[in-house]
Amino acid sequence: MNIALLLEMAAEGAGERMALGPRSAAVSYAELLRLARNSGDWLASQPGQRAALLDGNSAAVPLLLFGSALAGKAFAPVSYRLAAGQLRAVLTRLGPGTLVAAPDATLPAPLPDGLVVRTREQFLAAIADSKALPGTPSPDPDDIAVLLFTSGTTGAPKAAVLRQRQLAAYAIGTVEFLGAAPEEAALVSVPPYHIAGISAILSSVYAGRRVVQLEVFEPRAWVRLVNDERVTHAMVVPTMLTRIVDVLMADGTRVPSLRHLSYGGGRMPAKTIEAALRLLPHVDFVNGYGLTETSSTIAVLGPGDHRRFAAGDAAGRRRLSSVGRPLPSVEIEIRGPGGAPAGPGVSGEVFVRGEQVAGEYLPDPLAPTSRDGARLDDGGWFATRDAGYLDEEGYLFLDGRLDDIIVRGGENLSPGEIEDVLLEHPAVREAAVVGLPDPEWGEQVVAVVVPVADRAADAAALQRWVRDRLRSSRTPSRVDFVSALPYTETGKLLRRKIREQIIFHNERWRL
Amino acid sequence: MDLKPGSRWRSAVCDTEVVVVRAPAAPATLSIGGAGVLPAGAGRPASAEPHEPFARGTILGKRYADEATGLEVLCTKAGTGTITVDGRQATVMTPRRLPASD
Repeated sequence: MNIALLLEMAAEGAGERMALGPRSAAVSYAELLRLARNSGDWLASQPGQRAALLDGNSAAVPLLLFGSALAGKAFAPVSYRLAAGQLRAVLTRLGPGTLVAAPDATLPAPLPDGLVVRTREQFLAAIADSKALPGTPSPDPDDIAVLLFTSGTTGAPKAAVLRQRQLAAYAIGTVEFLGAAPEEAALVSVPPYHIAGISAILSSVYAGRRVVQLEVFEPRAWVRLVNDERVTHAMVVPTMLTRIVDVLMADGTRVPSLRHLSYGGGRMPAKTIEAALRLLPHVDFVNGYGLTETSSTIAVLGPGDHRRFAAGDAAGRRRLSSVGRPLPSVEIEIRGPGGAPAGPGVSGEVFVRGEQVAGEYLPDPLAPTSRDGARLDDGGWFATRDAGYLDEEGYLFLDGRLDDIIVRGGENLSPGEIEDVLLEHPAVREAAVVGLPDPEWGEQVVAVVVPVADRAADAAALQRWVRDRLRSSRTPSRVDFVSALPYTETGKLLRRKIREQIIFHNERWRL
Repeated sequence: MDLKPGSRWRSAVCDTEVVVVRAPAAPATLSIGGAGVLPAGAGRPASAEPHEPFARGTILGKRYADEATGLEVLCTKAGTGTITVDGRQATVMTPRRLPASD
């Protein structure tokens, strides 16, 4: 199985249906397949094994994704927000191949050896009119389909390897073939180097749903595009939804065509999802949990759960903070520190197994002793490094990254739980909770808060707020106020950086 | 025939093409339209066509399963033949209705 097959099937079953682009100038599935074959032919004629992309969302994304599959090469979308040194390291790591870049992209000089650069326009022009012969190449299921550099909130970026059979298994196992109605359209606004940007294209193509792309996310442009293109489906990360909700409230605009909004990629603040449910009562909300290494979603919290919450049911309210139940095509298991499976309600590390689960990284030539290759255990399980528990009905609750869990006096504390309580306080706009070394308790709980503009917040009041709602062991021993918190570009808190900053300031204080 | 996951096959007597999604627990014979399948890309006689009771047709995008062996195939091109495994008619699986998460 390979991802090109998904497009071939869609073209076979619904060749005339709109596949990509605005309604006024959409490309059909038959045409998308023709262009993908041209792209495959063109990529096959280029040196190297990589088809890299340094750009936002455009037609080049699906055409490089499917074209590289047909050419037996790996599609490697790279973040256009990397600093020059990081970008050079990432491109060097990829090895020889083609790089399709935005016209205004800043490229490292000199370029790594064996990398040939084309602008997006040059690439699209090169593949528009060539005449690839249909149907001969059939990618090997074990070929690398996509290489994604994981954001690495705790360390150096790693290149995650996703193979043809894993991504194809994800689409075939979770999406009904041509299950979308012809008028449906999905808006892709997460960057192409995010796993959700890849899986959205694969799922939409297999479902027969038109893909509409926003080059780079901006909340007003997102709302405008939903309305202009009568978008029915969209996926956002939490920071995007927060900004969309702000725009909807400030402008009084609505998105009547939208029927289905999924979110994932980080912890969703309760305030944001509650506001979104209120503002968009006609929309089905879906929370998807997954990792780059698992070809996207492995658990979903569906619209029914969201509605029960909106109606005020207690079980729904609790489960709204869960990430739902595992997909039928994957297994999820919680293991305790000794590796034994944990029972319902008991926290441990989240393990996952299934055909879509890759758990593999490119070997690092500079660190040959580093763990690389497929990191699945003998039973085929992947250790997510996420901490969490399953409740008695199989709903998965996440406590955060295992490395971020605060161990205070032998008790494991979830920073996310404390952050959620702080965010409920009217004077708190953003909050981060981290563990710092403590001579008595092992670790102490420290909160860093961005206050709401013009609202007086004091540390003692926030400490009281947490103590009244959680146990005293979860009360921050200290609350710092800052003007901004550091996030990854897709909205994940950079806790390591926050810890470093606090420790740095402490030392300066002592000097 | 080695029906390993990801392997692609075509009918010898109609247009049907399939990809193996789940391998059988033990060696099995996959037939479409009453004749054993050929590797994808192989040619077939222009005059060949399936006959009853093996001419009920296949549907693009549907998954067909055989309970006895666990073999599961995805129809990637529709045709007029019937999918059978060791002579048993394979059953069409009901699609999973999952909410889109991406």
